[in-house]
Amino acid sequence: MTQWERFLDTFFNAAVLAKYTPAILQGVWVTVWLSVLIVLAGIGLGVALAVIRSFGWRLASFAIVVFADVMRAVPPLVLILIVFFGLPNAGIFLSSFFVLFVVLALVLAAFAEEIVWAGITSVDKGQWEAARSTGLGFGQSLAFVVLPQALRMGIPPLTNRAIAITKMTALGTVIGVPDILNQATTAQSFSGNASPLMLAAVVYVALFLPLVILSRWLENRFAWRKA
Amino acid sequence: MDRIIQQFFNVEIMIAAWPMLLDGLGVTLLLCLAVIPLGLAGGLLAALGSLARSRWVRLPTIFFVDFFRAVPPLVLLIFIYAGLPFAGLRISPFTAVVIGFFLNNSAYYGEIFRAGIQSVGFGQTEAARSTGLTATQTLAHVVLPQAVRNVLPDLLSNTIEVVKLTSLASVVSLGELLHAADMARSVTYNASPIVLAALVYLILLWPFVRLVSRFGRGLGA
Repeated sequence: MTQWERFLDTFFNAAVLAKYTPAILQGVWVTVWLSVLIVLAGIGLGVALAVIRSFGWRLASFAIVVFADVMRAVPPLVLILIVFFGLPNAGIFLSSFFVLFVVLALVLAAFAEEIVWAGITSVDKGQWEAARSTGLGFGQSLAFVVLPQALRMGIPPLTNRAIAITKMTALGTVIGVPDILNQATTAQSFSGNASPLMLAAVVYVALFLPLVILSRWLENRFAWRKA
Repeated sequence: MDRIIQQFFNVEIMIAAWPMLLDGLGVTLLLCLAVIPLGLAGGLLAALGSLARSRWVRLPTIFFVDFFRAVPPLVLLIFIYAGLPFAGLRISPFTAVVIGFFLNNSAYYGEIFRAGIQSVGFGQTEAARSTGLTATQTLAHVVLPQAVRNVLPDLLSNTIEVVKLTSLASVVSLGELLHAADMARSVTYNASPIVLAALVYLILLWPFVRLVSRFGRGLGA
């Protein structure tokens, strides 16, 4: 075998690829499903927390800040391992899929809360005053005047963060979630060939490259740049 | 409640595991010292490349950046660590991690530097050039100082992410902080060592997380 043939055999072996493609496609389903759930729950919870914080109840705001700080300072893999290996010994049994979903949704919620909160605080005070002076209540001003602007400002960073965190679904491999990476590493150790890993990398690029390009576009489209 | 405290906050186990974690922390810090400067340097090159006038430089650089922003870092790490030996390349876990993070971080830092450079008005470059500065001098003394200042919050927040990402190195059995904690966990059948590791990350990164939030106020994140 020449060098080139050996390379092809190692990373693009047709027989190995044909055998393990179905397993990896099953992994795609798991990864996509998890990602959708994480983004919906994480951004939903994050916006809700930012809204609660804007009411200015001291105790609630303090709890939200602590939650957001801890979730942003501790690496997600550390949180995943604590929950996955700790809870069973405390008598609580959760599936690895559920653990991954909960941890990543909470991490995304922390970042989303900070982004939306930064948006809310950066809306000019005059906007609040104008809204209130037309007779809107506090909740109405928030919902119809301030929050729409805050969310619009938050779209580019939220998109970037959501992509970064859905990519972390690959961490599920460590606790045995049958996602793309998990299927690929299993296939690699059974076949003794690196082609499944190559296929997994290609699948991830195919899934996420359009999102990365979308985020680039959103950044140009939605950014209100101050000179 | 007792079981939860036993399982997550067992002080005796934490004290016993502390020396192991301290060794791990050393590796984590060493890894950061290698990966952050490399990522910043690679990112600067990527930013300059993606703003180059020649499309033969610009398009491949943009592809490089988007490609490595699309691949999950763990996939990249496992590919380098477990895949390359099949091609006859044997590398240590440390080298594999440094290469993987260099590629990933360069892409992220690159996007930040690009946004920073673009935020400096072109008139600045024209003015600098007209006073007789060369293109390199203009970049180093006029454009970059302002660019870096404009994106300092993003640089800081990405650096926090980089430090957190070093925990992935535990998966390819590099003995950093999380790996040490997980070893202690598997010996004691108790999650307290990992909780302790979480506290170490928290103490290390919390001041910077606060700082990022402070920057975010009024800037629209």
